[in-house]
Amino acid sequence: MNVLLRIIVKEFLQLRQDRKIIPVLVIGPLVQLLALGFAANTDVKNVPLLLIDQDRTRESRELADRFVASGYFRLAGAAETVRQIDPWLVRGDAQIALVIGAGFGKTVNASRSGARELMPRVQVIADGSDANSAVVGMGYASSIISGFGAERLQARLVRQVEQAQPTGLTRLEPVPRPGPVPSIELVPRVFYNPDLKSRWFYLPAILALVLMLTTMILPSMAVVREKEIGTLEQLSVTPVRPWQLIAGKLFPFAIIGFVDLILVSLLVVWVFGVPLRGSFALLACLTMLFLANTLGLGLLVSTLVRTQQQAMMTSVFVLMVPMIYLSGLIFPIENMPGPIQHATRAIPLRYYNDIIRGIFLRGSGIAVLWPDAVALAAFGALFVSLASFRFRKTLD
Amino acid sequence: MRKVLAVALKEMRQASRDPLTLALLLGIPAAMLLLYGYALNFDVRHVALAVQDRDGSAGSRELIASFTNSTYFDRAADLPAGSDLDGVLERRLARAVLVIPENYARDLDEGRRARVQLLLDGADANTATTVLGTSSAVVADANTAILRKALPDQQLRTSRVIDYEPRAWYNPELKSTQFLVPGLIGFILMLTSVLSTALSVVREKERGTMEQLRVTSLRPAELILGKTLPYLGIALVAMGIILLVARALFAVQVRGPLLDLFATTLLYLFGALGFGLLISSFADSQAIAFQVGSVFATLPAIFLSGFIFPIRSMPRLLQWLTYAFPTRYFLVILRGIILKGASLAPYRRDLLFLTIYAGVIFGLAWFRLTRKAD
Repeated sequence: MNVLLRIIVKEFLQLRQDRKIIPVLVIGPLVQLLALGFAANTDVKNVPLLLIDQDRTRESRELADRFVASGYFRLAGAAETVRQIDPWLVRGDAQIALVIGAGFGKTVNASRSGARELMPRVQVIADGSDANSAVVGMGYASSIISGFGAERLQARLVRQVEQAQPTGLTRLEPVPRPGPVPSIELVPRVFYNPDLKSRWFYLPAILALVLMLTTMILPSMAVVREKEIGTLEQLSVTPVRPWQLIAGKLFPFAIIGFVDLILVSLLVVWVFGVPLRGSFALLACLTMLFLANTLGLGLLVSTLVRTQQQAMMTSVFVLMVPMIYLSGLIFPIENMPGPIQHATRAIPLRYYNDIIRGIFLRGSGIAVLWPDAVALAAFGALFVSLASFRFRKTLD
Repeated sequence: MRKVLAVALKEMRQASRDPLTLALLLGIPAAMLLLYGYALNFDVRHVALAVQDRDGSAGSRELIASFTNSTYFDRAADLPAGSDLDGVLERRLARAVLVIPENYARDLDEGRRARVQLLLDGADANTATTVLGTSSAVVADANTAILRKALPDQQLRTSRVIDYEPRAWYNPELKSTQFLVPGLIGFILMLTSVLSTALSVVREKERGTMEQLRVTSLRPAELILGKTLPYLGIALVAMGIILLVARALFAVQVRGPLLDLFATTLLYLFGALGFGLLISSFADSQAIAFQVGSVFATLPAIFLSGFIFPIRSMPRLLQWLTYAFPTRYFLVILRGIILKGASLAPYRRDLLFLTIYAGVIFGLAWFRLTRKAD
């Protein structure tokens, strides 16, 4: 145990000697969190809108007003014809164009069925080169338009139903009229994130990013560095046992990971107002299981490569990037093709992601999260033993 | 010039002795493109919907059917009355629970308003927003159908409300691979040029070989150029691979002039290489170079460039900050040239910013490195 302690102390000394690394380890995650915290937001607001109103009636103006009043769109300009749209979109001065065809106002209100051939025409043209915003923007646009249309239709239909009711009949009792027409009302209740802020979704995920950076990528580089300099060989001829060497090397990074956990959680809760509904103690315990995964993988990478650059590239691109994309951290797993959905089960971050979101947003306890915890523990054990096995071999 | 070439050749040889890194640099873009093309998308489909039908009538079954027939919802579970609805969401057995009350059909028959509840797991706000929108649309359709049934006028029963036609130009199917290509190029170029340059210079510092190079007859300028040129080459090859893969597998073509594309890319690369050199001028270890490089170059290239997160939705302060990173301008131009078929002409302002950035950063790096060497 004494030996282990000494190695840990040596590692810390080494970290301290490298003067610039400590600020980098702490400031790096902070800058990332702040920048990402404010940037990570797929809510689309203020989409610049080009209006082409070929109708110029009260109705067409009202529809255009609804776009602006929704807060999702900002009127960037107006044009006469569809042909004029292209330069606006190319320059990026507008991202979406709303074309209201001539006759819109006349047809949208027509209660007589004679005007049926003329349908109110509305076209929305979006700049698809930014597909993300385009999808969201077009979604808003279509809900505004169909809302508008449904309202007009409703009004029209209600008028007709009322007209169709026999008027001359005497009623024995007055019919109660809470609404003259039957309708279904959808009452949505959103749990865990009532305002549907996408920031609440992304921010806890940054915790996982920061932890992977400090406890997977940096340790893999640190071990390879000793390999490069040759001090690993020197250590291997001392009476220090391999497991002590491994534990001593990884321990400081685990500590840094924990400091980052606390820092990030504080910021996420206090600066960004994301609720921490579950228990922080549980989060800390389960984070330990995740750290076993990241540290194990980091060490495993270090046994497979020769230079720090390789270590960085491998842990970033072979491990971190696919893990981020396939864990549900950003892209929901149920949107992926079937076989890939199954493949995501092999990604430890998937379970940690469930845990983070469960504890932060849903306030889940171990009763709900235990399957994730078991999976994390299993993967952690696997990676640590694999890494230790390979590490021992490199030493021999 | 011969000396520059000699250093570049040495650097190339060194890089080729590290086939893993080279393979990663060149293979990553293709792999990411495949990942995006086949695995990832923002379309929300097959949302797990649990149903609690307390009415059990033909009418309620019809409403459930219109949810599941919309193809957005998969019926995940049927919950008996009185079951723990919150638990269903917390255990993520379903994303949403549709609760149809008793008397649903009777209320409708008697011309009243029937209230249907939708419980949503909002933890994934993006999906939840879409689910909310889709459900409202399903219910609105159901409402229109109910109204039409009550109508005497045959023609009105079949009429559409508004002839609404949504269209996306430049990327009609709104495929993420299309918009990904420019963003990925911006990111990969940043990665190869900043991190590779910085790490390769700092590595020589760590090993002490930098000193050896300094005492040779090489002038600092020759050394700098020799060190950066190979990475310029690798970055350009990586970009070529992205464009080829995108064209072969996802039919993404460069619609604008190639020469403009090339010129912009070179300008962007100069800024990025300069930034890598600048980092290497003060970083003593590769770990620091990596951290500084990822915080100030590669991460902004992903998050502060408009690649994934729209700049317009950021807070004002952060929007200003995006002007400090070149990827923002580069992406505007790339999207224009690759997807919209534009030339450089509409983007003079972005081009100007890129030029200023490249000039300032490369100048700073040059200044620091050449002075230090003396």
